Amino acid sequence: MSELMGIYGVWLREVKVFFREKERVISSLITPLLWLAALGTGLGASVDLQGINYKDFVFPGIISMNVLFVSLFFGVYIVWDRKLDFLKEVLVAPVSRTSVFLGKMLGGVTDGAIQTGLLLVVATTLFGFNISPLSALFAFLIAVYLGACLVSIGLIIGANLSSPEGFNLVMTFVMWPMFLFSGSLFPTSNLPGWLDIVVKLNPLFYGVDALREVMVGQGQYPVAVDLLVIGVTTLAAIVIGAWSFKRMQV
Amino acid sequence: MIKTFKLTKKFGELTAVDALDLEIKEGEIFALLGPNGAGKTTTISMLCGLLEPTNGTATVNEFDVKKQALEVRQSIGIVFQSPSIDDLLTARENLELHGILYGMNKADRTKRIPEVLEIVGLLDRADGQIKTYSGGMRKRAEIARGLMHMPKVLFLDEPTTGLDPQTRTHIWSYIRDLSKKNHITVLLTTHYMEEAEYLADRIGIIDHGKLIALGTPYDLKQSLGANDIIVAKSDKDIAKLTKGLKFVKGIERDGELVKIKVENAGKNLCQLLVKTGELGEIEVRKPTLNDVFIHYTGKDIREDSAEGGIFERSMNSNNR
Repeated sequence: MSELMGIYGVWLREVKVFFREKERVISSLITPLLWLAALGTGLGASVDLQGINYKDFVFPGIISMNVLFVSLFFGVYIVWDRKLDFLKEVLVAPVSRTSVFLGKMLGGVTDGAIQTGLLLVVATTLFGFNISPLSALFAFLIAVYLGACLVSIGLIIGANLSSPEGFNLVMTFVMWPMFLFSGSLFPTSNLPGWLDIVVKLNPLFYGVDALREVMVGQGQYPVAVDLLVIGVTTLAAIVIGAWSFKRMQV
Repeated sequence: MIKTFKLTKKFGELTAVDALDLEIKEGEIFALLGPNGAGKTTTISMLCGLLEPTNGTATVNEFDVKKQALEVRQSIGIVFQSPSIDDLLTARENLELHGILYGMNKADRTKRIPEVLEIVGLLDRADGQIKTYSGGMRKRAEIARGLMHMPKVLFLDEPTTGLDPQTRTHIWSYIRDLSKKNHITVLLTTHYMEEAEYLADRIGIIDHGKLIALGTPYDLKQSLGANDIIVAKSDKDIAKLTKGLKFVKGIERDGELVKIKVENAGKNLCQLLVKTGELGEIEVRKPTLNDVFIHYTGKDIREDSAEGGIFERSMNSNNR
């Protein structure tokens, strides 16, 4: 019971803080819109892929990108919290580290869900995407599900980083490669061998693939397979994450 | 209330806390006094379960910090050295969240929040965001939060570092009041002698992770063996000149200043001056804890205590 309350407390804090940081919500909405304008509208003006316009093709990819950026950033951010004592308040509470991890994770997922919802609405309106409400709902749910996986990965990295200086390294060596080699920007069916392996090892690929299937019917695998891979990855990440939180010293 | 048994923490080669044996009684204010890097914060971190001891153990409220971490945490409140309160949220919201984390039900939380805000004098600002607070108010809000779940023990890690002297005096009176009125055991760390002297019932002087002296402020000063200190400017060999004077208990030289520890200066000053001849800029004062610190460690506490570590200074601009 008190553990559930602990999870609730940690989650509630994240959500409350999130709603106070309007700048963060807005700025994280701007980036994907810029990508959509440049690649979707710009490149899409002269490029069609697999029988559909590049703009429609890239939209699921940009949604995944947004989930990735928001989720990883959220997770890795705890390296700052740790150094600044913000995290200590939670870590000295009579709540197990597993619950702290789960509360943080759910908090990050909630932040991500709100941002994805906003992005779906704003982008659809601004760029005139033709998606049915039902596929938008599925896309939203898949994005949230993917968020749980990526926030967990971010938290693992954040818990294991010893200094905030590593934060930029993570952005360079984790976030950008994950985004670029996920199939967000290009089709994944005809890749050369090495690139195909890299992409298929990337959990983000399965998110992009599922989103592309429900939004434009262009997935490489069935949605169920994508969701299974993401689910297994998430479970593994939760186990490793809870363990990382346990041995995290402040 | 708190007992440590050969409590030790090593970071690689460095021994931050070295076989510390300490007993803190219920209801007292105990100060760990020492320069930065002496092991004070590391000790507190082990006592509240943030750091695993390398060797030895400790009990807080009769719970073992190694085996009963959750029970220990439920019994303690802690105010960290650097800010740990969410400045985007109001004091009330911060307290509410704290109450939830400590498993308090809604009714208890609603009842307790105004109580703790009252103790630290912030009731009228309960719904202001912490970022609108001054440094002293923030610290008081953190103290209120530490008290929220009615802990038996309150840890205060450098409670007034970085605050102006007036605010410091304010915080001191709050700490004193809450300890006496609410019968809370307080363990505080500080490198300010005045702070330890004003607040603490007992003081443990710690240096390089070792407890080097322990007692009430009065006892510690008594341990110098002299009740007055004469400081003067002179290049004479005072030790030689005062040889044979029984009331002279010790002489320390710091550049051209000489510090003569004596018994009863009011009575013996004349006799001393007869022996030494003229002394410049003479001052007679009572021993301070700094004298005690020098007595035990051979160095001035201030030499080691530049405000804040490198990390703290570079990080202060990055508050979330």
